[in-house]
Amino acid sequence: MANIGVLVLQGAFREHIVCLRRLGAATVEVRRRGDIDGIDALVIPGGESTTIGKLLVEGDMLAPLRERVEAGMPIYGSCAGLILLCREIENSDQPRLGVLDATVRRNAFGRQADSFEAALNMRELGSRPFPAVFIRAPVLTCVGPDVLVLAEVTGRPVAVRQNNVLATSFHPELTDDRRLHRYFLSMCGAACPVYKQVLKDGNAVESAWKKL
Amino acid sequence: MKQGTPRLKTGLAEMLKGGVIMDVTTPEQAKIAEGAGACAVMALERVPADIRAHGGVARMADPTVVKTIMAAVTIPVMAKARIGHFVEARILEALGVDYIDESEVLTPADDRHHIDKRGFTVPFVCGCRNLGEALRRIAEGAAMIRTKGEPGTGNVVEAVRHCRQVMDEIRSLCALPEDEVANFAKECGAPLEAALAVRRKGRLTVVNFAAGGIATPADAAMMMHLGCDGVFVGSGIFKSGDPAKRARAIVQAVTNYRDYAMLAEISRDLGEAMVGIEISAITPAERMQERGW
Repeated sequence: MANIGVLVLQGAFREHIVCLRRLGAATVEVRRRGDIDGIDALVIPGGESTTIGKLLVEGDMLAPLRERVEAGMPIYGSCAGLILLCREIENSDQPRLGVLDATVRRNAFGRQADSFEAALNMRELGSRPFPAVFIRAPVLTCVGPDVLVLAEVTGRPVAVRQNNVLATSFHPELTDDRRLHRYFLSMCGAACPVYKQVLKDGNAVESAWKKL
Repeated sequence: MKQGTPRLKTGLAEMLKGGVIMDVTTPEQAKIAEGAGACAVMALERVPADIRAHGGVARMADPTVVKTIMAAVTIPVMAKARIGHFVEARILEALGVDYIDESEVLTPADDRHHIDKRGFTVPFVCGCRNLGEALRRIAEGAAMIRTKGEPGTGNVVEAVRHCRQVMDEIRSLCALPEDEVANFAKECGAPLEAALAVRRKGRLTVVNFAAGGIATPADAAMMMHLGCDGVFVGSGIFKSGDPAKRARAIVQAVTNYRDYAMLAEISRDLGEAMVGIEISAITPAERMQERGW
């Protein structure tokens, strides 16, 4: 079975692993450079983007990851993960993968007091609004022509896709709604056919988990 | 749109996991901490070792200290309020800090009551020495827990004791038949609902960091092995010989706590660690961990 890597350097990686496993995906912890060879996709969790960036540099992982993503490996970043994917970060020279053609503003809504939960309309995920948790969240202030905007807040993109790159400024891993993770697995399905089966069985696996 | 919800409060703590939160007293120190990879900083006027040496009443920091540190870094900034001092907490909330530590490092302002943290928009972290204490704080609205250890000592033994105690009690609670949980909760002074929630989840319902006496990368890695989600380092960094290098090493150690070859490498040539204090040399009345109820 194809392996969905989860970057476990710092942040809410445990929650992403739980979400993916409940959908029946096989997950692999990515902590060191050597772990990158064994994965078919990667999730970068929320956390502190400056911390994760430094650990990526110290672990010599930025270049090999960038290479894999440029070769088509599906990648999903939430919050800090989104920041690390962007090409431009306003007022910052912090390390990044830079594979998403977009400019990001960190802490765009303000500090923790300004963090919020909102129901987002995301057509790609169906008609039911998606419960989005924004914690000291970033927004994209500018996106390239190949970037598809999946959701906006006050006219700024907060969920985007550019081919094999998916990014959200909110945290689906903190809710029980698995549609975004399922959407990412469908992207992985295009890259690794075995996931088409996972998607078909996703509902069955999840209801089995709920019974446990 | 909803703000100040439990999910947002506990959610920020989830984002700090696997990270190091460092005590800082100046904007320069805050920048060093951020540069070393801290996931947040704790803005203080004095680190615990100096509070211990200085004596007298320790209070919330001057708002100017907190504000200048908030302006210096982009990572979350925490600040400490005295146990029970809800007005200090409201002032810190008005300043816009990202997290409040209702902390035994400061002199308690109330000898019976902790702050009722449920009505605040800003999230709180509180110390504990055992499961009952942790669950009382969670019931009061704490969105994150840290084991107390003995602050300002550079001696990890109390942090280890408190962490093992909490983990041990969680294991006992989870092994109990459900009809014995009420008595377990009563005996450890925990609200029944909070005890049942831990039993359902198999762990604390909020993030739990280690604190109080962590001075080396090996100390930090050991706390991760014992099941903590991350570490606070108070005096251990800026009371050492080479703060930037030690801070970087402790950040690395928390992420790579199982990689002993790497721990060996990052523990090299860190300069002088802070001077430690043997716990038996501190009279029980002077132990900060005894504060809180």
